[in-house]
Amino acid sequence: MLLIGLVMFALAPLQIAGAPYESTMGLIQKVFYFHVPGWIVMFLAVFVAGISSAVYLFRQKPLADRLAVAAAELAVIFGIIGLTTGPFWARKAWGVWWQWDARLTMALILEMIFCAYLLLRRYGGPGSDKLAAGLALFGMANVPFVYISVNVWRTIHPSTSVVPQLAASAPGMFGPFVWCMVAFLVLFVVMLVARVRLEAQRAEAERLYLVLEEG
Amino acid sequence: MNSFLRVAWLVMRKDLRVESRSWEMMSTTLFFAVSCVLVFSFAFVREGRAIEGAAAGILWIAVAFSGTLSLGPTFERERYHDALRGLLLAPVERAAVFVGKLFGVLLLMSIVEVVVAVLVALLFQAPIIQYFWWISALLILGNLGFASVGTLFAAMLARTRSRAVLLPILLYPITMPALIAGVMGTVAVIQIEPNFELARFWLALLLFFDAIFLTLALWTFEPVMTE
Repeated sequence: MLLIGLVMFALAPLQIAGAPYESTMGLIQKVFYFHVPGWIVMFLAVFVAGISSAVYLFRQKPLADRLAVAAAELAVIFGIIGLTTGPFWARKAWGVWWQWDARLTMALILEMIFCAYLLLRRYGGPGSDKLAAGLALFGMANVPFVYISVNVWRTIHPSTSVVPQLAASAPGMFGPFVWCMVAFLVLFVVMLVARVRLEAQRAEAERLYLVLEEG
Repeated sequence: MNSFLRVAWLVMRKDLRVESRSWEMMSTTLFFAVSCVLVFSFAFVREGRAIEGAAAGILWIAVAFSGTLSLGPTFERERYHDALRGLLLAPVERAAVFVGKLFGVLLLMSIVEVVVAVLVALLFQAPIIQYFWWISALLILGNLGFASVGTLFAAMLARTRSRAVLLPILLYPITMPALIAGVMGTVAVIQIEPNFELARFWLALLLFFDAIFLTLALWTFEPVMTE
């Protein structure tokens, strides 16, 4: 799977370069191939983190906690991809680097919640795992509220209907887009699995240390 | 249910009695809220008049900032002499303890809010008194949402290191929708031509926010407080 991911990412630039230019946006439109998958994967990560945190809170399964940490870290990373690629597009399309638009604000707030999650895990000391699980659960529950509340300020973001229409309206762009989407999903799964395994190994190492000290 | 309310009442009464002996939280929070209003007035007043919409923002920022200040000590106090453990060991429903704490905080925050609201009304010529019921409804609902998340987080943080720093870090991003709804609702009411339709929408959003987060907080209080 790691191999598939690597090959897909290696070939992604070729795919993107081969895609037709968009008539008004020109070259800048091409960030779209990384921008949209980045955000979609971030939302996926947020929900994985929220749900596995709930499982951890009520069932105390260590695996769920590891999954939550891994997903939260990935949410921050993919969020950064979205937040850095977005402004390039915004500069060209809206003439400014940042707009207080519904989706931008929501994405920023979510990014902040999960940064807070990582800060808490890093500096919270013992017992912070449960606390962080509570935070991730609240963060997930927050998604619709943030969206509604910021949506009432007017929105200027291109709507989601762009993606479903893409297959019909611009077949040359649809291929590379799906390619990048799959590449991002593969990357997400690979990193998630690797991170969960790392966390499991760390727990095992800690357990062995304790055994060694006691013995 | 009856015993639930009784426990909540007892916890709240205990907190208020402790507070009434020292007035520590009340006085510091109030002073801090007033300083917030002053600091922001320097930023938002131009040629003797506040920028349009600034009053609502200042009111809510003062509420949010001073709220954080009053949330910290509610559980900090319980750490002395292991009182927190005693509270958790008591053979009562945990959720009742949470509700008692929550109402204690709510009461303190409400007193501070009354003072801040009057201050903002006087200093920024905002028609807060004219629309008393609208502003009170917004403040009460916003306060409930903010405090339910805040009380839960303060409780969870009570046992961790660097809790004073972590509480605002965790609290503000999560309560952002409530703060946005509060500010925008207040703006809709106190602007020159009030838009009650919009204010009603924000009130409804606050109500939903409160319902969801209060339920979540009651639901997660038990597992997060178990060692």
